[in-house]
Amino acid sequence: MSTGQNDNEIISLVLRGDQQAYATLVNRYQNYVFTLSLRFTKNREDAEEVSQDIFIKAYKALADFKGNSKFSTWLYTIVNNTCITFLRKKKLDTHSLDKEGVFEVADSQDSGFRANLVEQKSKVAMVNHAINMLSPDDAEIITLFYKSEQSLEEIAQILGLETNTAKVRLHRARTRLKEKMEKHFSEEVRDIYP
Amino acid sequence: MNENYKNTPLGAGGIEERLWSYIDGTSDAGERTVIDRLLQENAEWKAKYHELLEVNSLLQSSELEEPSMRFTKNVMEEIAKVHIAPATKTYINKNIIRGIAFFFITLIVAFLVYGFGQIDWTAKGDTNMPVDLSKVDYSKIFNNTYVNAFMMINVVLGLFLLDRYLANKRKEFQNEA
Repeated sequence: MSTGQNDNEIISLVLRGDQQAYATLVNRYQNYVFTLSLRFTKNREDAEEVSQDIFIKAYKALADFKGNSKFSTWLYTIVNNTCITFLRKKKLDTHSLDKEGVFEVADSQDSGFRANLVEQKSKVAMVNHAINMLSPDDAEIITLFYKSEQSLEEIAQILGLETNTAKVRLHRARTRLKEKMEKHFSEEVRDIYP
Repeated sequence: MNENYKNTPLGAGGIEERLWSYIDGTSDAGERTVIDRLLQENAEWKAKYHELLEVNSLLQSSELEEPSMRFTKNVMEEIAKVHIAPATKTYINKNIIRGIAFFFITLIVAFLVYGFGQIDWTAKGDTNMPVDLSKVDYSKIFNNTYVNAFMMINVVLGLFLLDRYLANKRKEFQNEA
């Protein structure tokens, strides 16, 4: 990913009227935004729609980006708020997803995925699948920390939490991920958790 | 401090939490020194460290999902129909906010002055109270339209603040849950 300074230069261009320059930002962050949205929606079509909405919201509010934080941190704050609104609209809160829906869906997909996993022999695919089994809150914080290049302070800012709370939440998310991997992929992780 | 770390319970949760902080680089220098020593001397810590290091490596290698090929084009087509909104600070004039604050402060001060003006400070009663509450003519105060409007505004503001307070409490509760 490019540095914050380059992002700021692009934002200046967009604010001066060069609308096409925004495409660079969309290209740069679309995978990050889409992955985070997918952690909430658990559905590619919805994730694509939500991601599109996020980039449009960010564009409209671009004049409010002060440059005090990284553009990505500001953008992920919009991702978090938009995804929470999406879940509320769908009458599904993150906690009910945590306990019921996601796990049931994930469990039912497990056998199909396992066959695919045998073909791929890929631990990376296994981790991705295990992350998808987590609640949106847990999957989001893991994605922000490991894939979106955000520090704990920035994650706390995005989620509207204290840094220590974000740290505890990340720790709990990793513990739950570990439990998921042990439960659903015991053979694959045997060399990790002997 | 270092010795305290050594004396803390070495349950699996405690070990993991401290090792994750160590791996993330968020533990302080004292804690790092203690963990460095524990990793050299204690087989349980060493095994758990390698286990978490492997999980950490797997998490770092996890992949990002990709949207459809047309994603950027779709976004740019939608963006062509909208405009960037002016920055919030350009349409929220601080002078207006200050003016509103001045208006309410003036109203409160005027209300207090008027209220205290009704009190006969020289009057003496059996209870040595400076004012005989039974003789205060409330109708003079509360029949006034402006005073009633002022009270109404305060009630609405009070309800608004209560709503904000309860919303924040609910948010905190959800975060903790």
